[in-house]
Amino acid sequence: MTLSDYVAAPLLIFGTVFFLAGTVGLIRFPDVYTRLHALTKSDNVGLGLVLAGLAVQAESWFIVGKLMLIWLLVLLAGASIAHLIAKGAMQRGVQMWRR
Amino acid sequence: METLTLLQWIFDALTGLGLLLLAWRALASPQLLRAIVLFVAFGLLMAIAWVRLDAPDIALAEVAIGAGLTGALLLAALARLPAAEIVQNGADQAGNPNYAVRIFVWLPLVLLPIVAVGLGYAVLSFPPSSEGLSVEVAANLDKDGVSNPVTAVLLNFRGYDTLLEILVLLLALLGVWSLGGLPPRPAVPAGPVLDTLTRFLTPVVILLAVYLLWVGARAPGGAFQAGAVLGAGGVLLLLAGWRPHPGFSQLPLRLVLVAGPSLFLVTALITIVMGRSLLDYPPERAGILMLFLETAATLSIGITLAALFVGERPRDKGN
Amino acid sequence: MQILYFALALLLLLTLGGGIWRAIRGPTAADRMLAVQVFGTTSVATLLLLAEGSDNAALRDVALVFAVLAAVTAVAFVRRAWPEEEAECDAK
Repeated sequence: MTLSDYVAAPLLIFGTVFFLAGTVGLIRFPDVYTRLHALTKSDNVGLGLVLAGLAVQAESWFIVGKLMLIWLLVLLAGASIAHLIAKGAMQRGVQMWRR
Repeated sequence: METLTLLQWIFDALTGLGLLLLAWRALASPQLLRAIVLFVAFGLLMAIAWVRLDAPDIALAEVAIGAGLTGALLLAALARLPAAEIVQNGADQAGNPNYAVRIFVWLPLVLLPIVAVGLGYAVLSFPPSSEGLSVEVAANLDKDGVSNPVTAVLLNFRGYDTLLEILVLLLALLGVWSLGGLPPRPAVPAGPVLDTLTRFLTPVVILLAVYLLWVGARAPGGAFQAGAVLGAGGVLLLLAGWRPHPGFSQLPLRLVLVAGPSLFLVTALITIVMGRSLLDYPPERAGILMLFLETAATLSIGITLAALFVGERPRDKGN
Repeated sequence: MQILYFALALLLLLTLGGGIWRAIRGPTAADRMLAVQVFGTTSVATLLLLAEGSDNAALRDVALVFAVLAAVTAVAFVRRAWPEEEAECDAK
C-alpha cells in the first residue's frame, strides 16, 4: 500500500460510515422532518468524504475536477430538494414529532 | 475463491435480489405512488446492474431516462388520475372467487419458471468464451471514423435500426398528440429555491448533453444518452413553470422534431442514389457524417421527450 | 485496495435496503420521496467506487449524469403529484 492508499482508506471508510449512519436515521427517526435532516446532512458529508478519498487516488486533475463537480451538484440538488419537501410537508399539515 | 471475486459475487447477488424485491413490491403495491417510487428505484438499481454487466452505454441511458424522465412522466400522470386504488380482481363483492380472472393470475406464475429454466439452460450451454461479432466490429472500426464500438454499431453498421428507433419516438409523440388536450392546470409560480435550482441546472444540463455527444465517439456516450439528458433538462424547466415563447410552439417546434429523422432519411436516400447500399457511408466521410446525424438526433430526441412530458399538442394561434 | 472499494460498495448497497424499507413503509408521501433521494446519492457513491475498483472511467460519467438529474423526479413529485391532504393510513 502506498502513501496515498493510507490517506485514502480512512476517508473512504469514514464516508461509508456516514452513509450507514444516515440510513439508520432514515429508519429510526420519528417523523419526516428529522429523517430529511438526517438523510441530507449525512449523505452529503459521506459523499464528500468518499470523493475526497477517491480524489487522493485519482490519476489526473481532470478526474479530481469531475469528482468535485459531482459533489457540488449533489449538494445543490440535495439541499434544494430537502427544502422543497419540508416546505411541502409543512403546507400539507404533516405534524412535527414532539417528545 | 479469493476475497475480491467473492466480494464481487456477493455484490452482484445482492443487486439481483434487490431488483427482484423492488419489482415484486412495485407490482404488488395497491397504492400507485408507492408503486411509482419503487419503480423509479428499480430503474436506478438497474443502472448499477448494467454497470456490473460491462455496459456503461446502456447504464448512461438508463440513468438519464430512469432518473429524469420516467419518474416525472409517471408522477405527472398520477396527478391527473382521480384518487383510486387498484382493486383486487380475484373475487366479486360477496367474496365468491372469480375463476376466469384467477387463471390469468396463475398461468403466468406457472409459465414464468418454465421459461426461466429454459433460458438458463440456453445461456449455460453457450461455449465458455464466445466472441460474438466483436471481432468483425473491431476489424472494421478503423475505416469508420469513431473508436467507440457501440457508437459505430448504432450509427454506422446498424444505422438503419437507429433511424427506425427515432421514427418510433416521433410516432409515439404523434400518438400522444392525437389523444386530445388536457384540462388546464392552475399555474403555481415556482418558489425562489426551485427557480434558482433550475437556473443553475439548465446550463449544466446543456453542457452535459454536448459532452456526452462529443465523448460518444470514443467512450460510452452518444446521441441517445445526450438526447435523454436534454429531455430531462427540458422536463425540469417545464416543472419550474417555464414555457417556450408561443411563437416557438408552432412551426419551429415541428421543424426541430423532424430534423433528426429527416436528416437520417436524406442521408439514406443519398447513399442509395450514390449507388451504395442503404446507409453505407463512404469511409472518408463517415466521421463527419455521423457527427451531423448525431447532433440532429440529439436535438430531436431531447425535444421529443420534453414534448411527451407536456402531453398535449401546442394550441394553434388564435384558438 | 480493490478489496476495499468493493467491500465499501457492498456496504453502500446495504444502505439501499434501508431506503427500500422506508419507501415501502411510508407513512407519508414525503417519506417515499426521501427514499428516491437516498437511492440517488448512494448510487452516485457506489458508481464512483466501482469506477475506481474496476478501473473504468466511463462509470464516472454515469455518476455525473446521476448527480445532475437526481433532482428531477423529486421536483416532479413536489410540483405535480403531491396530494393536498395527507392520507396517513397506509402501512401496507
